[in-house]
Amino acid sequence: MIIMNSKLKILPLILGVTALSICLAATSCKGKTKGEGSKDKEETVSADEQTMEQIKSAEKVFNALPTPLEVAQLIKEAGARFDATLLNPVENKSNYTTSKSMALNLGIFVCDLSFASMYDETSLLVNYMEAAEDMATGLGILDAIDETTIERLEQNINNRDVIMEIVSETFLNSQAYLEDDEQHAVAATIITGGFIEGLYISTNMVDMKNFKGNKLVGTIADQKMSVDDLIRLLETYNDNSAIRELIGPVRELKTLFDRIERSTTPSSAQLNETTGVTEITGSARTELKPETFLTIKDKVAEIRNVYVK
Amino acid sequence: MRQLLQTLLITVLLSLLVTGEAAAQCKGFAKSLCKKELGVYLHDGNYHAAVLVEGEEAELYKTFYSDLEYRLAICGADGLPPIEFTVMDATGKVLYSNKEGGLTNIWDFKLEASQQLKIVVKVSTFGTRDQLPASGCVAIMFGFKAK
Repeated sequence: MIIMNSKLKILPLILGVTALSICLAATSCKGKTKGEGSKDKEETVSADEQTMEQIKSAEKVFNALPTPLEVAQLIKEAGARFDATLLNPVENKSNYTTSKSMALNLGIFVCDLSFASMYDETSLLVNYMEAAEDMATGLGILDAIDETTIERLEQNINNRDVIMEIVSETFLNSQAYLEDDEQHAVAATIITGGFIEGLYISTNMVDMKNFKGNKLVGTIADQKMSVDDLIRLLETYNDNSAIRELIGPVRELKTLFDRIERSTTPSSAQLNETTGVTEITGSARTELKPETFLTIKDKVAEIRNVYVK
Repeated sequence: MRQLLQTLLITVLLSLLVTGEAAAQCKGFAKSLCKKELGVYLHDGNYHAAVLVEGEEAELYKTFYSDLEYRLAICGADGLPPIEFTVMDATGKVLYSNKEGGLTNIWDFKLEASQQLKIVVKVSTFGTRDQLPASGCVAIMFGFKAK
């Protein structure tokens, strides 16, 4: 009788955990379910068939932002010169003690690391990798960056290809660990930190005396689309309080980016048989006025300064 | 009652193990197998992978920039039927479908102007209805040519 009672007590728990496990399995990774495919099904459809229909209709949606490495490459392509004073000093790492600040600054330090590697600033690499390691360790992402990563970095300090490969792996490992561990909001916070840092560095690299026709200004104006992507990414995790705190200022930034006028011509794709590369044609005309640029630059600095303080 | 409890407990443990195992396999699959498909292109560091079921679709939105040359690699785990993918512009115009290229899993491209593209990935079907649909990891990875 006593055994029977204890079993009855744990029965709801087991049923609850079973239901939760099935839900998790059906909506794995960061998929966002679209549609409600089974609502109008006939009652004669069996429960198993209904479950399979629901799994099939669970469409997964990903919003990808430019990563720190991609942004660093774009800025270098635009011909901007490196300025180490724009990076977040590694000495600040001890200030970050909450999950949110560690996640934001993991993104920021990886972004700084990306710039340093892209511009061959080898003296900065190890310190920034160690700062990123501290943030990752604080977040419990133990296999993203470890002593082996630092050693590999030191051994290849003059090999830019290997360095960039290590930086890419660092970001991938952090994202993969968090996504697979269902910590999507933390992963989104890291991405936000990296993206804002990239904007901060790039907006501060623009020489206002050389504004008109500046390629870097065009690259920054193109970030208008990525700011939209960032908003969509953050809104996916709006149920998380840390994400809600991040959204407001990013929405304010979006309203400033929305002042940029952009018009495009229809696109078409043509395979270049010689190179094997498809060329997507279709031009765009973007107009970013200096005063709009300066308000964007100030807003980015305001957001970034909250992240790094 | 005892039999019911045992069955439920086994179901719980199996569900948790399968979910965790699948996620861990996705990470390893993306890193060790799919990343190789990027070849000389530098992986951007993004991670997009999910367990998909036969017939299931996933969508990815990303802005691509005019100054870079990209490679898109889409990989499905062993046991899955071929993966179809389509790339569309913001108006929904199809720019590429890998059905044109014999269901190849890589696509190299560059753009005259930066724009947001939508990538729709679909696990095709084996066409047999007498068994449970196949499921497995599908990874979407991007690389660019570093200069």
